[in-house]
Amino acid sequence: MAELKEELKGKIIEVLNLEDVAVEDIQDDDALFGDGLGLDSIDALELIVLMDKEYGIKLSDPKQGKSIFQSVQTMADYIAANRTK
Amino acid sequence: MKKTAYINGIGAVTAQGVWSERLLADATELQQSIAPVQHPSYKEMISPAMVRRMSNGIKMGIYASQQALDEAEIAMPDAIVAGTGLGCLEDSEKFLRNVLDNDEQFLTPTAFIQSTHNTVASQIALRLQCKAYNFTYVHRSVSFESALLDALLQLQSGKATHILAGASDEISDHTYSLLQQIGYIKQDGIQESVKNSTSVGVNYSEGAVFFGLSTNKMAHTYAEIVDVRIQNDVNQVQLKDFVALFLQENNVAIEEVDALILGINGDIESDQYYTHLLADFDAVPTVYYKHLIGQFDSSSAFGLAVASQLLKHQELPKQLFWQEQERKNFRYVLLYNQFKGKDHSLVLLRAC
Amino acid sequence: MPSGVAITGMGIISSIGQSVEENWHSLVREKHGISRVENFTTTHVDDIMVGEIKLTNEELIYRLGLPETNTFTRTALLGLCAAKEAVDQAGILDMQTYRTGLISSTSVGGMDFTERYFYDYLTEPALQRYITSHDAGDSTHKIADYLGLQGFVTTISTACSSAANAIMMGARLIQSGRLDRVIVGGADALSKFTINGFKTLMILSDGLCQPFDQHRKGLNLGEAAAYLVLESAEVVQKENKKVLAYLAGYGNANDAFHQTASSEDGEGAFLAMQKALKVAGLQATDIDYVNVHGTATPNNDLSEGRALIRIFGNQMPPFSSTKAFTGHTLAAAAAIEAVYSILALQRETAFANLNFETPMEEFVLIPETETKLTPIRKVLSNSFGFGGNCSTLIFSES
Repeated sequence: MAELKEELKGKIIEVLNLEDVAVEDIQDDDALFGDGLGLDSIDALELIVLMDKEYGIKLSDPKQGKSIFQSVQTMADYIAANRTK
Repeated sequence: MKKTAYINGIGAVTAQGVWSERLLADATELQQSIAPVQHPSYKEMISPAMVRRMSNGIKMGIYASQQALDEAEIAMPDAIVAGTGLGCLEDSEKFLRNVLDNDEQFLTPTAFIQSTHNTVASQIALRLQCKAYNFTYVHRSVSFESALLDALLQLQSGKATHILAGASDEISDHTYSLLQQIGYIKQDGIQESVKNSTSVGVNYSEGAVFFGLSTNKMAHTYAEIVDVRIQNDVNQVQLKDFVALFLQENNVAIEEVDALILGINGDIESDQYYTHLLADFDAVPTVYYKHLIGQFDSSSAFGLAVASQLLKHQELPKQLFWQEQERKNFRYVLLYNQFKGKDHSLVLLRAC
Repeated sequence: MPSGVAITGMGIISSIGQSVEENWHSLVREKHGISRVENFTTTHVDDIMVGEIKLTNEELIYRLGLPETNTFTRTALLGLCAAKEAVDQAGILDMQTYRTGLISSTSVGGMDFTERYFYDYLTEPALQRYITSHDAGDSTHKIADYLGLQGFVTTISTACSSAANAIMMGARLIQSGRLDRVIVGGADALSKFTINGFKTLMILSDGLCQPFDQHRKGLNLGEAAAYLVLESAEVVQKENKKVLAYLAGYGNANDAFHQTASSEDGEGAFLAMQKALKVAGLQATDIDYVNVHGTATPNNDLSEGRALIRIFGNQMPPFSSTKAFTGHTLAAAAAIEAVYSILALQRETAFANLNFETPMEEFVLIPETETKLTPIRKVLSNSFGFGGNCSTLIFSES
């Protein structure tokens, strides 16, 4: 799980072009949207593609993302339970 | 009563760096077929949250627009009018490659969102929180002049007091290769300046140029925009009348034109038109600028910056003159631009 | 502007018809033009529905009598079909009699060819003639050349509000006395580029779109072109022209909220409608029918609905989105809907908002669900695009 979370942080930084953010800067429970990392709805769509491409998880409704993308922790939990690759 | 439109601020990001009073004097002539812009640091101007998604064209546009607004002391324009020939090419190409290379799978939205032609104007609005009129013209070499005409209509009719008007175009690899393939851009290895060019094609570049325009005159106002004219087609025989009619409609005699600013770009097909026009203006100082900033669809916007500087300071560095003639006073300046005989534009400026 | 700018011609090609009359018949008979993609291949063929014009490029070329070696992209072909009809209807025989302009608009331009030959261009000399057909100005040039128009020609691209802005600029050029006559509108062809782009935003419906419905799932893309001919009062009088309708008001504003999404309270849309009413010198209560933008995305219809309520309060006039007929035709949409607005005026008919079943829970806004004959003197038409670009046009009867 720790490994998955590290990997996830790196991928988030990469796909969202978070130039000034390092893996160490993101805590497992930090909010990704709003006050935390400050991501927005376009980022949510980027994360949906990341879930599909890297872990074979298809989310058809952007609203589903809301609970899954709360933090790196919630994302990792969801991926661990649902991944197909 | 018709109001007067003044140029009160200029901003630019070009192959010679960003706009400053020294830019023209310090510029060196381009000799290569492609010259990317010299980017400033954007960090101070654009927040990290916004800049992370922006292509170069958007960053350039924002930088140039803020420079223009600052100089014109405009906090919030009544309209934002932009021009671009090819739009946000980097993102268009990036998204298209993704579509083609991945068989329409695993595509992400960012590049698509930023690929729309009005991205620069809308990102400027978003950053300024400007809810005013927001237009983008996309018509090859009159993209900028269309935006300028739109701004002029609004200022002269009193519909707006302060307008941000400008243009930007960015280079991207694939489009560049294609344009080179069909001879629009000079071949690799050809080292010709605009003046000594003997081949078709241009030295290509990119850039963003914006203006803060207002109906109020300031102590540092550059010039007054008298009129703008655009026409899709003018043949070389009609050119004389096209120019004469424009001047006549503005009650300016040909002899009153104190300088011509031409879009001469080193493409022998395009440049014939300028040679033709010069025959009627042989005693007039003639200025060119694309030897310094290259050709791109909206590069003529830089011509307006050069003209503004000439009228404000009544002089220009020597390297801007195509033909130098004795003139004491520069009152009326006429800009003329076209590309391969299409999309002709005339802009008439008057000193303040 | 007491009466507005005269409209003396209109032309259209869409998935519900290849002329003004054909579009009218489909509208009143409530016959939509939404289907699967047939003209090109896409891996999303079974996931989406589109408003595709069932004519191949070859058929369009034949119809227009173009030489085989032309470099018309689909956008240019569609644009020319519609522009030609508009010019014919306006009875223009000689383009050079008056100072005539053309302001077109497009979002994809020649992308349909670029996406086909993007890599092949480098190796296939025979295809290279299409390279310069990519940019947005190309289709406008081709239309001007075909019509023999020498004058003010330009192109606007502000995403899905583009054609409204072309119409607006045309009107202002006439009002300022710079032009006597101007052809205004827009054209956009379907392309893989836009289909995939909207797909990544997850706003494409897998079925028929349902504007202003509680259960709407997104939009259907479409392709189309439409143009109007605007003429000055002097030309109308001198030539004794029949005026189809007047463009009474127009407004453009920016939502300045988000690069693609509309704000919660529809501020940009509200400002655009407010400006247009002011230019027309009208009150909200003067409007008899609203052709809404109504893309059927969750975000647009909610935002636009709120803006409509801010303008019209509890006196919302009959309204409908005609995008369930044509799909969302992007840069052309406002021109398509301008033609429909003029038809609504001429024939006193409010069109049906197809596929509507359940009112949205956020407010009470019920669109017309059937073709309705009703006195219509003023029509307001909305078009909004990416980058917060919001435009409103108001048409009045002649």
